[in-house]
Amino acid sequence: MPKLFSGAEIVFKCLEDQDVSHIFGYPGGAVLPIYDELKNHNTVKHILVRHEQGAGHAAEGYARSTGKPGVVLVTSGPGATNVVTALTDAYMDSVPLVCISGQVPTHLIGTDAFQECDTTGITRPCTKHNWLVKDINDLAEIMHKAFEVATTGRPGPVLVDIPKDIQFQKTLYKKFKRKSKSNGASHNNFSQDNIDELVHLMSKATKPIFYTGGGVINSGPKASELLRELVYTTGFPITTTLQGLGSFPGDDNQFLGMLGMHGTYEANNAMYECDLMINIGARFDDRITGKIDEFSPKSKKVHIDIDPSSINKNVKVDLAIVGDVKSVITSTLKTLKKSKPNFIKSNKQKTSKWWERIQKWRSKRSLDYIGSEETIKPQYAIERLYELTKDKDTFITTEVGQHQMWAAQHYKFNKPNRWMTSGGLGTMGYGLPAAVGVQIAHPQKLVIDIAGEASVLMTMQEMSTAVQYSLPIKIFILNNEYMGMVRQWQELLHDKNYSESYTAALPDFVQMAEAYGCVGIRAKTPEELDDKIIEMLNTDRPVIFDCLVDKQENCFPMIPSGKPHNQMILGPKDKKENKITGKGRTLV
Amino acid sequence: MPKSKSAYSVAGRKEKLDTHIIVVWVDNEAGVLARVVGLFSGRGYNIESLAVAEIDQKLNISRITIVTTGTPQVVDQIKLQLKKLVPVHKVADFKREDKNVIFKEMALFKFVGTNGKIDKAINACKKYNAVILDTTNRSKVVQITALRREIDKMANNLKKYGLISISRTGAVAMTRGEKVFK
Repeated sequence: MPKLFSGAEIVFKCLEDQDVSHIFGYPGGAVLPIYDELKNHNTVKHILVRHEQGAGHAAEGYARSTGKPGVVLVTSGPGATNVVTALTDAYMDSVPLVCISGQVPTHLIGTDAFQECDTTGITRPCTKHNWLVKDINDLAEIMHKAFEVATTGRPGPVLVDIPKDIQFQKTLYKKFKRKSKSNGASHNNFSQDNIDELVHLMSKATKPIFYTGGGVINSGPKASELLRELVYTTGFPITTTLQGLGSFPGDDNQFLGMLGMHGTYEANNAMYECDLMINIGARFDDRITGKIDEFSPKSKKVHIDIDPSSINKNVKVDLAIVGDVKSVITSTLKTLKKSKPNFIKSNKQKTSKWWERIQKWRSKRSLDYIGSEETIKPQYAIERLYELTKDKDTFITTEVGQHQMWAAQHYKFNKPNRWMTSGGLGTMGYGLPAAVGVQIAHPQKLVIDIAGEASVLMTMQEMSTAVQYSLPIKIFILNNEYMGMVRQWQELLHDKNYSESYTAALPDFVQMAEAYGCVGIRAKTPEELDDKIIEMLNTDRPVIFDCLVDKQENCFPMIPSGKPHNQMILGPKDKKENKITGKGRTLV
Repeated sequence: MPKSKSAYSVAGRKEKLDTHIIVVWVDNEAGVLARVVGLFSGRGYNIESLAVAEIDQKLNISRITIVTTGTPQVVDQIKLQLKKLVPVHKVADFKREDKNVIFKEMALFKFVGTNGKIDKAINACKKYNAVILDTTNRSKVVQITALRREIDKMANNLKKYGLISISRTGAVAMTRGEKVFK
């Protein structure tokens, strides 16, 4: 007689067949059969977090730094509700996650049983799809389908809810046959005509720009290589979104920096004045577009995206190309080389005026700030961190707020999958657990969470996880004692009424590090900053780095609310040079 | 212009709304209707009426017909978002003015009163395929099939003839001629 497997065993069979090597989780009553089975499966290592939200973000960090789906295991009720933030975060930023949740036994569903909640109901709007397994015979198929849905097309989170009685029941398990690697290609829905049209537009443009996003990273490392080839072949300028950082070298001359609310002056002005915008794997998010009615009024817009629903959602485009970034760029390069072998030569003259204009914007040096000898400017801290780590293959995660924008502006990325930040949902507390996940996936690499003191306290408990698994993550806190971005908005828009944005009674982060069993380092002056950073880098243990920075510093440049790209406000340095006093700064 | 105090942009100008009938073919499984209507409520789309039933018992396919209003951009989004749902097989979209599509709603009317009054009501119903389903001395239940606005009008006009209860379905739709939506 063929062997029968319990539901819990089948869960692991599926994980093994999907080549899952790590799962992030937290046990509880409704998943105990699965936890009981853990000991029999050596290839699947479980990482015990301290809160289910941490499990979700760790799995996100794991997924974004490897390109593989992150797997989360939580119990019913509070276990499932705690992971909802991470699922929503993954949904907004297109991160492949497979969340397995326990559920009360089927006969108790609907009775308000202990630790029961309507998990599939709660997670329906924040997953690509979810399943409640009601029959043991469906379990294997659902598990494999879950991985397929999470990783194909535009990636995202899925959830499989497994009642406890199903975990005990037994059935046959059929060996899983992996379909030939079809991610992307199966979602391509474009024709050679589309590509010809794109090449035609490119050859006509005098003021072109590439605007690229996280879709390039999600399409795999090859897509970033192809993007570089495309940008070099055309000679066009390129700007990327927050999520697209790393797909193109941050120190390249053709790179205009990040665009959007805290993007560079040159990137945003180029977006406003361009005559051809080629959006590759970005979604015209409201932090990017500014005032939508005045968004890039004079341009033809091309949108390349794997998700048809992204097209014409916020901005109407002239040419839509639905497909995987990798495939679309491959076709474009092929056509370009065939039909216009001398593209860059013939184009250089056409776009030379455009480049002159961009240089003019560049000369504003919009990321500059007023330095200080007494206090550490947060931008300076990031710059030093970058200079001292750029020769290593460094992975950066962040929390959400000013420090996140400064990191995006001043840390230059050269490779994809090295930058993990919560963009769409903007989840404070993302960075620390994400760093845990990244370090699990890359044990030998340098992993730094650039954090704010307010954000990091939201998931601080995961330091304990880092210590347990000897993960030498570096938590680099830009400590200004304020929820900096909130304070900035209050300064600019609410007449400096700093309502509840100051954190009194902050913990002593150095002592806190020691309490967790890791290393605490504090830097107070610009003079000692380099030495302290080097001390952090030379520590082969988890470190909490408390960097005391200027408390009043604001993040510039910025597009004020409801304004288009060409009406940015620049930082105090520019203001000073243009003889506008401090008062002018508040008249946003 | 007053200074905006929001981190978000202000709403743009309002565009003209059209009425569309969206037909969705889905796997008839637990929660599928919640997925579809949750998408509408979650993204702020309207639902004017909704009709849903299984149409293929072997393949387990249900057909959901939704009447909605929106700008052309919103209607496009509705279709594209629906197509992303895993249990959705195909999505069709018709404008209410489309002459090649038949739209019908069914209503049940209960009349109570004297025979004279009720007869007048039945007469008025005749042009909408009236079927009398139940008769007593003092009451009748009548089924009519018609367009939404026709039923609205009847419901209003027949109150004086003793119409005391109305039950009605959402619209269902079918293309004319041999063509089938693929």
